Amino acid sequence: MNKLIIGRYLPGNSWVHQLDPRTKLLASFYFIAIVFMANTWLSYLVMFAGVMVMIAASRIRIGFFLRGVRPMIWLILFTVGLQIFFTTGGHVYWQWGWLHVTHYGLINGAYIFCRFVLIIFVSTLLTLTTQPLSLADAVESLLRPLRYLHVPVTELALVLQIALRFVPTLMDQTTKIMNAQRARGVDFGTGGLFQQMKAVVPLLIPLFVDSFGIAEDLATAMDARGYRGGDGRSKFRVLAYHSRDLVAGGSMIVLTALLLLTRR
Amino acid sequence: MDITFDHVSYTYQAGTPFAGEGLQDISVTIHDGSYTAIIGHTGSGKSTLLQHLNALLKPTSGTVTIGDRQITSETSNKNLKPLRQQVGMVFQFAENQLFEQTVARDIAFGPKNFGVPEAKANALAEQMVTLVGLPASVLTKSPFDLSGGQMRRVAIAGVLAMQPSVLVLDEPTAGLDPAGRLDMMQLFAKLHREQHLTVVLVTHQMDDVADYADHVLVMDHGRLVKTGTPREIFADPAWLTANQLGLPKTTQMAMALQRRGFKFAELPLTTTALAAALLPQLPVKAGERDE
Repeated sequence: MNKLIIGRYLPGNSWVHQLDPRTKLLASFYFIAIVFMANTWLSYLVMFAGVMVMIAASRIRIGFFLRGVRPMIWLILFTVGLQIFFTTGGHVYWQWGWLHVTHYGLINGAYIFCRFVLIIFVSTLLTLTTQPLSLADAVESLLRPLRYLHVPVTELALVLQIALRFVPTLMDQTTKIMNAQRARGVDFGTGGLFQQMKAVVPLLIPLFVDSFGIAEDLATAMDARGYRGGDGRSKFRVLAYHSRDLVAGGSMIVLTALLLLTRR
Repeated sequence: MDITFDHVSYTYQAGTPFAGEGLQDISVTIHDGSYTAIIGHTGSGKSTLLQHLNALLKPTSGTVTIGDRQITSETSNKNLKPLRQQVGMVFQFAENQLFEQTVARDIAFGPKNFGVPEAKANALAEQMVTLVGLPASVLTKSPFDLSGGQMRRVAIAGVLAMQPSVLVLDEPTAGLDPAGRLDMMQLFAKLHREQHLTVVLVTHQMDDVADYADHVLVMDHGRLVKTGTPREIFADPAWLTANQLGLPKTTQMAMALQRRGFKFAELPLTTTALAAALLPQLPVKAGERDE
């Protein structure tokens, strides 16, 4: 669990850290969308250069991002493998039954690999430089237009914020209960599948009980402080765009232009 | 069973950018049959130290010797069960670990994990429930129908049912009412006295340290800064205040009395000691104050 880099926040004060979370969220989605437009080596080079500039601006070591890729490596290799063995066309290098390695297959495999790495890099960058709560604020702000479709945006945002707030608390609680049960002789993660599933019961039941307890206490506390639903409430954390957000948006346009020039 | 720490250091999430110091170069022995109190302010490494006592955490460097088992960073997670039966741990807010349908099954859970036959485990459950001061009628109830204090007692009974020879207590009375606190602390003292159970207690209650412990470890920033008897530790109030620790209420009282002219050969740590020291001085002092 601790090895996972993606989804974690690394405090910092760099240019990327200071960007408005909405900018970062939109830019990340936009980048992930245009990754699929790249179809030549040069266009992938442009995309990689773009990511490298972003990483440099975040002043986070590149090793972090490489580590973010590691948990996904089997999925990536599996997909790349499928592409290599099942794409037809071009010069055939190797064939065995219906498996064949072709020129197009190799190129497609390499492209897919690049796409995976780019997407993971960008999403890692997003979570490493953005506090979960500001990310939730950004989601709320971006979903606001959905109010006209009667989507309860403020309630959804509250749910998201409470959920994010309690991830670390529940993680702590999980560790504590696991330790308490290990001290009573439970072996987590050993034995057969059935045994392992049985070992989870002494962990899950207390966790559920605890979560419901927390939920009830929190609801009472919110009620006591005058919470009466989302309508008519003010916001304490107000998001504001700055000039650097314009720069970030502008560089996305430049990146798109370069991509369009280099793709076929 | 002695537990010896030999130059033990522990780093959380070693090798990642989130790494944080837990313990630094701890060397100490917790002797068989002793009652050791670990004190220190929040975040000083007390809980980290505790988790080394039954190999829930393994040292990043150095060796922990528990009985005849040596635990180093290379020790595998296998075959630690016998060790964990020997060292019973009561965690903070231990009631969070309850999960079975009935109290009896929850208490019997630990022993059964360590291979005690069902019938014997159930007998142990009955025995332990009375030991922690609950009526036998709770045995068939769901632990979630009990009050917080009763749940705490059930959880403690569940640890005692494993019949450990070392009992590790991490603030076992936090959040209990005064009567419950006293009950539990006296139960542990009784087990220590009668069954020669080694007790390791983490606490912020200096009164408990003074009343029960015979050995004190003071932690600060992951380091062991002082060890000694309660008397040695509480002899230097200025040092304790500087380390964000306090004195037992009795000792505070004695110091206040000292300023009013009472004299003590050595500062009393417990109420009985204070009373004994005051008694011979009282008639004279009372006369003086009447003037």
